[in-house]
Amino acid sequence: MIEFDAVTKRYPDGTVAVDSVDLHVPSGKITVLVGPSGCGKTTSLRMINRMVEPTGGRILIDGTDTNTSDPATLRRGIGYVIQHAGLFPHRTVVDNVATVPILLGWRRKKARQRAMELLELVGLPPELSDRYPSQLSGGQQQRVGVARALGADPPIMLMDEPFSAVDPVVRESLQDEFLRLQQDLGKTIVFVTHDIDEAIKLGDQVAVFQAGGHLAQVATPPDLLADPADDFVAGFVGKDRGYRALSFTPADGLPLEKEPTVEVGADAEVARRTSVEGWVLVLDDARRPQGWLDVSRLTGEDEVTPTVLHRGGTVASATGSLRGALDAALSSPTGRGVIVDDIGALLGTVRPAQVLVQIENAAAEAEARH
Amino acid sequence: MDWLEVVVLFLQHLWLSVVPLLLGLAVAIPLGWLARRYRRLYAPMLGVTGLAYTIPSLALFVALPVILGTQILSPVNVVVALTIYTLALLVRTVADGLGAVPDDVRQAALAMGYRPLPRFLRVELPVAVPVIGAGLRVAAVSNVSLVTVSALLGVPQLGALFVDGLNRAYLAPLITGIVLCVVLALLLDGLILLGTRALTPWQRERGAT
Repeated sequence: MIEFDAVTKRYPDGTVAVDSVDLHVPSGKITVLVGPSGCGKTTSLRMINRMVEPTGGRILIDGTDTNTSDPATLRRGIGYVIQHAGLFPHRTVVDNVATVPILLGWRRKKARQRAMELLELVGLPPELSDRYPSQLSGGQQQRVGVARALGADPPIMLMDEPFSAVDPVVRESLQDEFLRLQQDLGKTIVFVTHDIDEAIKLGDQVAVFQAGGHLAQVATPPDLLADPADDFVAGFVGKDRGYRALSFTPADGLPLEKEPTVEVGADAEVARRTSVEGWVLVLDDARRPQGWLDVSRLTGEDEVTPTVLHRGGTVASATGSLRGALDAALSSPTGRGVIVDDIGALLGTVRPAQVLVQIENAAAEAEARH
Repeated sequence: MDWLEVVVLFLQHLWLSVVPLLLGLAVAIPLGWLARRYRRLYAPMLGVTGLAYTIPSLALFVALPVILGTQILSPVNVVVALTIYTLALLVRTVADGLGAVPDDVRQAALAMGYRPLPRFLRVELPVAVPVIGAGLRVAAVSNVSLVTVSALLGVPQLGALFVDGLNRAYLAPLITGIVLCVVLALLLDGLILLGTRALTPWQRERGAT
């Protein structure tokens, strides 16, 4: 548990980077500090491991004032992932990851063994271990950065915009893996980003900072979307809040309709007979939806081939959120949203109106609980 | 002209060039660190060392015995003078080399829990080696050339062959001296290059995937 107690950072020129921040960072959870540039989020992060010294207030880690610990010792016990990874260019991947264990006095062999395990944990193939950082892609470097921060298995991890320097596709997969990793590791994580969508996706708790180092609001992502504390937070969280909040409402309990289907390779005549309102859903041999077929396009074809399928509709998982289910219903050319199970096999379809009823029910339930 | 004598002059020249190079580097590293650590020192320190480089070498060779109380023929004068010149070249190189260490690398080293001295010796200095190595090559070649001037005072090294050749209006020693100076400069340059490469395998591998 990390406790900010009226923490202030004022520079000698009078600039206030962090203004009397009180913040409770619960153990085993991800707390995201988010805000525009110059709002003091990174400064707040760096005060936890004393890379920046507060000029007022205290920071307590499990009840101990960080001011009473030796800074280097404190830092070895706190993982730190930096933007652009900040890998040591003169050391191989494995030696980068072994940095903190070696600083803690582990024998080299044991430290490297540990480093190899960590590389596996973050999904890097062992043959990359004796490469130098400049030989890796940005995404790979960032994984090495995460592995290095996990070096001595610290209970606390500080992450400063770790995924902002990679392209959006890589960023999304890094975020997903990060969440999966955190499920197993259960670290106390403080994560800095300027991207509100990243904050909402990753945070168990989101702390929104405002220019001048003010903490504007601390809330769970759904509460932040549903009930921004003021105009600044509302503006920063952005548009489509109602729609985005659906990400946090589970889609279970949706009434699914049975959908007539054909398999890829089916006879064209069968497809025509099976279709409803001119469309039929086409599956592969594992019952995974491949796309909708407009049977009027089947002129001159003997059988259903993948090339004639409409690929526009999204597919939602029954264990996912109502946001996914609504999007599947809205994006389907037939108005029937495709819902699948965890392994991607078809469960049934749902219409937009049915999703809306479910949304209203969920809202009423939430209201009743309050 | 005795070949054995030429070999002796060559070896003399070698150590008169190399010893100041090593001494200069040893002093330049902490000074360069200071110039980076305390930014206010950077400009004055480079100003002073840069000024030192403009002192004519002959003047320094003559002045040093007076200052140090050494014999005019003592090789110590040459070593001290060239150490000053090496320093003039290398303080800037070391300071700029350390300055070229990426900030995120420096920050990462701090965040991992390095204390200041190990951080300098095990992260910042190794990362600055390519820049320092390049500066060292310039200083080595400059030293080989500057050593010859001390021949005018009679300190034995390859420059003595120039004086000999001029005095006797005889080309052979003159050319031998020039060729051997060039050979020595290339030799030192190559050795430093190899040493830099050996210390920076990570530079060679760059982009070799």
